[in-house]
Amino acid sequence: MRAMVYRGPYKIRIEEKDIPRIEHPNDAIVRVTKAAICGSDLHLYHGLMPDTRVGTTFGHEFIGIVHEVGPSVEKLAVGDRVMVPFNIFCGSCFFCARGLFSNCHNVNPNATAVGGIYGYSHTSGGYDGGQAEFVRVPFADVGPSVIPDGLDDEDALLMTDALATGYFGAQLGDIHEGDTVVVFGAGPVGLYAAKSSWFMGAGRVIVVDHLEYRLAKAREFAHAETYNFAEHDDIVVTMKRATDHLGADVVIDAVGAEADGNLVQHVTAAKLKLQGGSPIALNWAIDSVRKGGTVSVMGAYGPIFSAVKFGDAMNKGLTLRMNQCPAKRQWPRLLEHVRNGHLKPSDIVTHRIPLEEIAEGYHLFSSKLDGCIKTIITTDAA
Amino acid sequence: MSDLPDLPYIADKPAPRESVDALRARIPGWGVDLDPADRPAVPREQHAPEGTGAHWDFPDRQPELSPRERSIEHSMLTPVFGTVAPLRGVSGAVRRYAYRYSEARAAHWLLLIAGDRIDSVGSHVKSFATLRPDNPLTETGLLAEFRYQGLRSRIGRRRVDGYHAWLDPIIVAGPWVVAGIVTVKLAGKLLSAARR
Ligand SMILES: [Zn+2]
Ligand SMILES: [Zn+2]
Repeated sequence: MRAMVYRGPYKIRIEEKDIPRIEHPNDAIVRVTKAAICGSDLHLYHGLMPDTRVGTTFGHEFIGIVHEVGPSVEKLAVGDRVMVPFNIFCGSCFFCARGLFSNCHNVNPNATAVGGIYGYSHTSGGYDGGQAEFVRVPFADVGPSVIPDGLDDEDALLMTDALATGYFGAQLGDIHEGDTVVVFGAGPVGLYAAKSSWFMGAGRVIVVDHLEYRLAKAREFAHAETYNFAEHDDIVVTMKRATDHLGADVVIDAVGAEADGNLVQHVTAAKLKLQGGSPIALNWAIDSVRKGGTVSVMGAYGPIFSAVKFGDAMNKGLTLRMNQCPAKRQWPRLLEHVRNGHLKPSDIVTHRIPLEEIAEGYHLFSSKLDGCIKTIITTDAA
Repeated sequence: MSDLPDLPYIADKPAPRESVDALRARIPGWGVDLDPADRPAVPREQHAPEGTGAHWDFPDRQPELSPRERSIEHSMLTPVFGTVAPLRGVSGAVRRYAYRYSEARAAHWLLLIAGDRIDSVGSHVKSFATLRPDNPLTETGLLAEFRYQGLRSRIGRRRVDGYHAWLDPIIVAGPWVVAGIVTVKLAGKLLSAARR
């Protein structure tokens, strides 16, 4: 089969690989029809995630058709069209039993702090991802769902991570009616988080980024007020002025490890890899939220320490909430929102490219060329 | 009006900028999840193992066909694990060593990062002994610069990444240039040694 393969920081290519095998009785092999490149794939691509091995295939956002099932699989059959949450999880450990699917303890021998994720380095379990023609899907009776009738393929694909994560970000913000919500980052997760904040009753939603085309999308897709931090000396002061000097009730960090806007932080983290992530957006969030407010962290950070302004968070009495999204737990409600026309997930898709051109797809997304927000990969086998 | 100062120096909440009716009219779906009970994953920890699809108390164990490294914070190898890119060579030795330290230790992560760099440089060098050597032009996707308006996407936009864009070529191409210079120097030395 054809698969995207990591060759080292900033280098990927398509290689011929063996089709994955059933390695556990509850495995399925899925023929991928559509995959996506996620902002967090860029952390791998840039060499930021420890134990990212040459030869591995990325991709944790994918949908496809069941190609083969292991002997203990009861719920899926060959030929089923499935959406697969980005988390790999067993459904029966202490954490899964409590709904913390993203924190499963039975799927990642390499780390206890991180759950299992498709194509996300050995630190997330050492599984290959879905930017390939086929992928091994462990716990086929637990993770995947058959794509419901009437749900568009691209919308199903976006549910596997970006949409679920954005919605989860708003949810962890614990938004009350009339709250002012600030979202740092107007990428896919930030756009969905801004949009979802309204569902939860926000009175104002403000989105901050430095890419004008993404802010335009935030105004149009998420009905948000927008600020370009490149046009403001000190975005924290700007946020205070915009909120009667009170600060926002809720701030969502939808940027994560490669935040830009502070040269030292960006270079030590994103370029020299000496931090688990550049916490610029997180620090802005901590300083922009009101005292007693909530910061919800959806941006992904690596396991190494980051220079976070913890004293401010402590002195302000903040509630900090975060997790990898348990994507499947969000699906029933999100499906209702899509069916009811409250949102059309694929509205943010800007590029659709074949698997063979994925190296250009990563560069396009990483360098934010051509108005890129979300890129979908189509496989030839489909 | 009194001469009281503005918010937040007084107790009042800021007046809503928009009424609920205006918000409902302007924003599709406004307030549909206002009640936390309608939000998924509420309450956060809900003991409901019967709903996950798992039909086991503990999953079957995937066979460990070759020794699998694991975090020393795990008491055992997890029943399911990824099997791609097993440890090998020098990078494998460094990574195996890293797994002697817990996830709490910087040594664990920094050794893993070191292993990653050894892996990528080593694989790169080794690729020249194969029929498909690494190609910096195609593998970095640089051709996208022409296809997707590299210049137009940058010039005249106030993008903060512009301030350090000059670093990227150095970081990406730097090792290639250094390796090239070293190779040429070494070749020169070998040649002069051979002549002597
Ligand atoms: Zn993702
Ligand atoms: Zn589990």
